Amino acid sequence: MKEYDIVVIGGGPAGLAAAYSAKENGIDNILIIERDNILGGILNQCIHNGFGLHVFKEELTGPEYAERYANLVEEKNIEYILNSMVLSVDENKVVTVMNEEDGIFEIQAKAVILAMGCRERSRGAINIPGYRPSGVFSAGMVQRLMNMEGYIPGKEVVIFGSGDIGLIMARRMALEGAKVKAVVERKPYSSGLQRNIVQCLDDYDIPLLYQHTVSKVVGKDRMEGVVLSKVDDKKQAIPGTEEFVSCDTLLLSVGLIPENEISRDLGVKMNRKTSGPIVGENLMTNVEGVFACGNVLHVHDLVDHVTMESNIAGKKAAEYIKMNKVDTSGKKIQLIPDKGVSYLVPDHINLSTLSDDVTVRFRVTDVYEGAYVDVNFDDELAIHRKKPFLAPGEMQEIKLKKDYILEHQNTDNITFKVEAK
Amino acid sequence: MEEKNLICISCPIGCHMTVTLDNEEVSKVEGNTCKRGAAYAEKEITNPTRFVTSTVKVKNGQVERVSVKTELDIPKSKIFDVMKEINSVEVSAPVKMGDTIIENVAGTNVNIIATRSVK
Repeated sequence: MKEYDIVVIGGGPAGLAAAYSAKENGIDNILIIERDNILGGILNQCIHNGFGLHVFKEELTGPEYAERYANLVEEKNIEYILNSMVLSVDENKVVTVMNEEDGIFEIQAKAVILAMGCRERSRGAINIPGYRPSGVFSAGMVQRLMNMEGYIPGKEVVIFGSGDIGLIMARRMALEGAKVKAVVERKPYSSGLQRNIVQCLDDYDIPLLYQHTVSKVVGKDRMEGVVLSKVDDKKQAIPGTEEFVSCDTLLLSVGLIPENEISRDLGVKMNRKTSGPIVGENLMTNVEGVFACGNVLHVHDLVDHVTMESNIAGKKAAEYIKMNKVDTSGKKIQLIPDKGVSYLVPDHINLSTLSDDVTVRFRVTDVYEGAYVDVNFDDELAIHRKKPFLAPGEMQEIKLKKDYILEHQNTDNITFKVEAK
Repeated sequence: MEEKNLICISCPIGCHMTVTLDNEEVSKVEGNTCKRGAAYAEKEITNPTRFVTSTVKVKNGQVERVSVKTELDIPKSKIFDVMKEINSVEVSAPVKMGDTIIENVAGTNVNIIATRSVK
């Protein structure tokens, strides 16, 4: 059985950054395992720009970001295999992999970095009534079909869900000559970035219908249209508000789910809010030597944040290999999401492994204007930060200074909450 | 004096800005967190521009399409002219990231360049 110090599962932005960072921190024996035929993951189909402003200090498209990172990994001679699917990781860190050339084989790792990313929620997850005609797609699937494989799936389109992928695909289809009839959103606000509403919908006069839902898919073999309904405050369709809209294609952009089957089978404990592993400030899960970063940990808006988070996972995995152990038996400070905050990553801070400032990433539960985010170390107000605009679709981050944490090491709980105006 | 509300598209932060116009000229920009916001506001009022990203057919490559972009932002009114030209060309592999695919697309003085390599 081949042996590696660190096996990185997934060759997208998280896996590439984690591997590169581990190498920079002195580990040479690293393997990245990627299931697609190219490194870079979903970035390869995200041909729009807006990537890299933080990491590369310039605005790049997804493929450019991916290729630059893949080139960094190549320059460092980090080993990777493509077209290879990880089936499982066991408690001894034996990684079982499958590909067409070698069949099923095992690899022994000392540390594992989970970087599998996420996948799209499908029609089944949201229970839209109707037959199952052709023409219903997840938005990311169409993004791949159009941008990598060269197919346009239809000419008259309705998009359900106003997350970023839905907005980006509305523009993409409009650019290729499709008529995008509406983007439909159940909530009274979009979970996508504001800039995308401006440059993807407003620019192309595509209506965004808030507080509406797709209540039926019409058509048996091929889609003929959808029935839209207004929804009440509980997001339930209001009878009598139905309206038929003809279309041949329905794109679903209704959320992403971290892809954690391998993690769960390995015994990694999950956070129910993020659907990702529970990790400490070192991004290590409850299974010693197993780290997680990127969209498998929690779904991000910006790849730059994925890269920065994954740098930490790579560094911490490298430290773990060099010390051959990790001591998390000491005091833990728990991070607790309070009023207006839906989750926090990391979940806790191990004082025994704390070596840097801790960037806490979180999402809020509602739209707030002119609110403050308060961070309390037990009862002491540590941070009172003004936030002109907060929305659940825009991930927030607040850095906790290492020195401040060490000065307050008797703290049991650090709570984050939104103080509305 | 007239006020207009804009959302900055320069980066993913999406600042909510208020632009004050004095005789159709921008006299004040508020709400931006960086210089790019002020520049965007000025441009958006006087001559709105956008980057266009799309794909071009590739022959004999490992994939069917190569992703491309306008090297600089182009006038918003030219977006569909640019798309038409992008869809009329075909390239042969290999293509390298940064290669010029179309020069002076749709008379904008801006080139279309490849955003990935195709072997």
